[in-house]
Amino acid sequence: MTETQGHPHEGAHDHPQLGFWRKYVFSTDHKVIGIQYLVTAMAMAIIGGTLSLLMRLQLGWPHGKFAFLASLMPHAFNNKGEMNPDFYLSLVTMHGTIMVFFLFTAVLTGGFGNFLIPLQIGARDMAFPFLNALSYWIFLCSCIVIFSALLVAGGAPLGGWTAYAPLSALGEAVGPGQGTGMTLWITAIALFTVSGLMGGLNYITTILTMRTKGLSMMRLPLTQWSLLITAILGLLAFPVLLAAAILLVFDRAGGTSFFIPGGIYLGGKVIEHTGGHPLLWQHLFWFFGHPEVYIVILPAMGIASDILSTFCRKPIFSYKMMVYAMVAISGLSFIVWGHHMFVSGMSPFLGSVFTITTLLIAVPSAVKTFNWLGTVWGARIQFTVPALFSIGFVSLFVSGGLSGIFLGTSAVDIQLQDTYFVVAHFHLVMAIAPLFAAYAGLYYWFPKMFGRFMNGTAGKIHFWISFVGVYCVFFPMHILGIGGQMRRIYDPLNYQFLEPQQVLNVFISVSAFVLGAGQILFLVNFFVSIWAGRRVMENNPWKATTLEWETPCPTGHGNFGPELPTVHRWAFDYSVPGAANDFMPQTAPGVPAAAKQH
Amino acid sequence: MAELTQKQRRGGILPPPSDYGGGPRDSGGSFPISKAYLATWILLTAIIMLFAGLSSAYIVLRGLPEWQNITVPRLVWANTLILVASSVAIEFARAAVRKDQFSVVRQWLFVSGILGLSFLAGQIAVWRQLVKAGVYLSTTLHSSFFYVLTGAHALHLAGGICGLVVVLWRAFGNQLTAANHEPLKVWALYWHFMDVVWIYCFLLLLLA
Repeated sequence: MTETQGHPHEGAHDHPQLGFWRKYVFSTDHKVIGIQYLVTAMAMAIIGGTLSLLMRLQLGWPHGKFAFLASLMPHAFNNKGEMNPDFYLSLVTMHGTIMVFFLFTAVLTGGFGNFLIPLQIGARDMAFPFLNALSYWIFLCSCIVIFSALLVAGGAPLGGWTAYAPLSALGEAVGPGQGTGMTLWITAIALFTVSGLMGGLNYITTILTMRTKGLSMMRLPLTQWSLLITAILGLLAFPVLLAAAILLVFDRAGGTSFFIPGGIYLGGKVIEHTGGHPLLWQHLFWFFGHPEVYIVILPAMGIASDILSTFCRKPIFSYKMMVYAMVAISGLSFIVWGHHMFVSGMSPFLGSVFTITTLLIAVPSAVKTFNWLGTVWGARIQFTVPALFSIGFVSLFVSGGLSGIFLGTSAVDIQLQDTYFVVAHFHLVMAIAPLFAAYAGLYYWFPKMFGRFMNGTAGKIHFWISFVGVYCVFFPMHILGIGGQMRRIYDPLNYQFLEPQQVLNVFISVSAFVLGAGQILFLVNFFVSIWAGRRVMENNPWKATTLEWETPCPTGHGNFGPELPTVHRWAFDYSVPGAANDFMPQTAPGVPAAAKQH
Repeated sequence: MAELTQKQRRGGILPPPSDYGGGPRDSGGSFPISKAYLATWILLTAIIMLFAGLSSAYIVLRGLPEWQNITVPRLVWANTLILVASSVAIEFARAAVRKDQFSVVRQWLFVSGILGLSFLAGQIAVWRQLVKAGVYLSTTLHSSFFYVLTGAHALHLAGGICGLVVVLWRAFGNQLTAANHEPLKVWALYWHFMDVVWIYCFLLLLLA
């Protein structure tokens, strides 16, 4: 395979000129597909973010009258201009689904995975470029299907992103969105699963079989390790979700009773189903759902690690441990799903087992955090925008991770289950932290994608609004949760004991709107910079070591020149004693004199 | 750049950089199996997880008091034999390809394809027999699983038939040689695997 990879005819300048459609739309070039994933996911983020702001509007000012919005969405508001509870629940469902699948999974593995894998391993493209393109187009279909759930009669599903049965299995009888909306939800998730499998198949094959000369596994940048482990996780977790979705479809359309227990009394009559088990859905869903959390966070860890090392001008602290920690986290992620179900009537003994396995994850997570701190320790940090977002990632990962120790302990979780404490925890650790890593990655690789820089000043303003904003939004939620505010609640003022806390809800909502406005700054910066940003005049503007910086900005078709690069060292040779520069690209031959002494 | 002291360079606590070896031979090219073979194994892993998900649901629901077994038509035994026979035929094809006997390869591939299609036809016949006996998808949990598991397997096997068309195409172009018959190897792996999945489903549905 190395021979074919290095074939001179595949060089950057020998490719036939492709037309606009083949080059930018129906492309099989991994970079174009990566950018397509990124932009599509950004569009989904705008939708998902807007939905969350509508939720904050309701939570900050329940019974508020929003005449303007009511005129835009008459079905969602009553004639007094107040939001309908059904609509609020569909916001919860769609916000969760869109953000977990169509933003985070898509942007980190689909976007950065596609863009970076061949570039960082010294290959010309993915192992199966056509399959790769197909994966994107199926992903786009799934985006359209999930979005259409918002538009159909009856509206979007109401049961949350976890689609718990039997609510999800009984159809329209249990709520307007559980009919067509739920069907679209299942279809979108099934399509997404298929697309993800195609992508994962490509990632694993490419990383294992197409590394260039000298690039041993232990010389891979951590981004590549994280993408490889993520792809393996996806491969093992997504088919189980697909299996659950298949059974759910049969329950809804085929009259089966996999998840529907007998004797449910609905709409004045007992429904015909007999014999199923609603908890089965929860087991299958969370067997997928917990690894999914790591499918989101692992690439974020990899990206943040590489960027931190670059801007600290220091090798990543304890590279091997970083790799082993990721492997340990992903292995453990398959035996902790029960911690989502502590209140489901689980045997206390089993609960203890899941508590132990869950708390074990704290060990590799702490190893990683220690290593990030070790990397930053004593460094002369270059505070560029990607560096800021990477540091922000570490901060948010720690803040969100610590509350995971509370929730992973069954005795505490029983008190906090389904409160805003949970909402605070998972937003910080698996939504906002990966979001920060994704921002870090976008600012960092933007020059490689488009040949221009994003505006640094606007980037720094964006960082500070986001960093302060997310803490203002999500930190008070811990207090709300301990105070008893339930997750997915439509109107906190329904409960007298929640009234004293309402001021926090208002504070969170105001902060959320400021945070949202800050993201507009990012979007403007991103799209304006594609055409009007400062041009990048060199291949390696950040003075980084990895292979993608050997190629021009933006990288041409075929990635590398006639010869593929040969790797002589690992990806973290920063500030090597005795070296002429403070970085040594992976392609730099020889070993500097000072390093030989050790 | 200002000269850093040794201590500053290392951030005070870092060990000297190490690059974990690696050499010109240490590339993706030295990976022991081919891309297509690896990709097939990855696909099979996903299929294992799909059936593992379905069978874990089976095992959980099997323990409920509402569970009622159905009588599975005897024809499935014959179908099982047919599918095993098709796998055996593939091995004859592989033995022939190693001796560059092009026409023999084609014959055995045809045989395995026809046996595969017969299996699918046999499965449809089994479903029809069940329907005739009044056992539908929603009749009992056991019948639901019977249709879902056999249906999921049949779909995967139908995908295998599509793969066979590609392999046959190569065989007719005399592109399968003793030196290079990768498509046949990959397809045989998939087909044998589907055989194993079937035997697993069969045992699960009949005995468990």
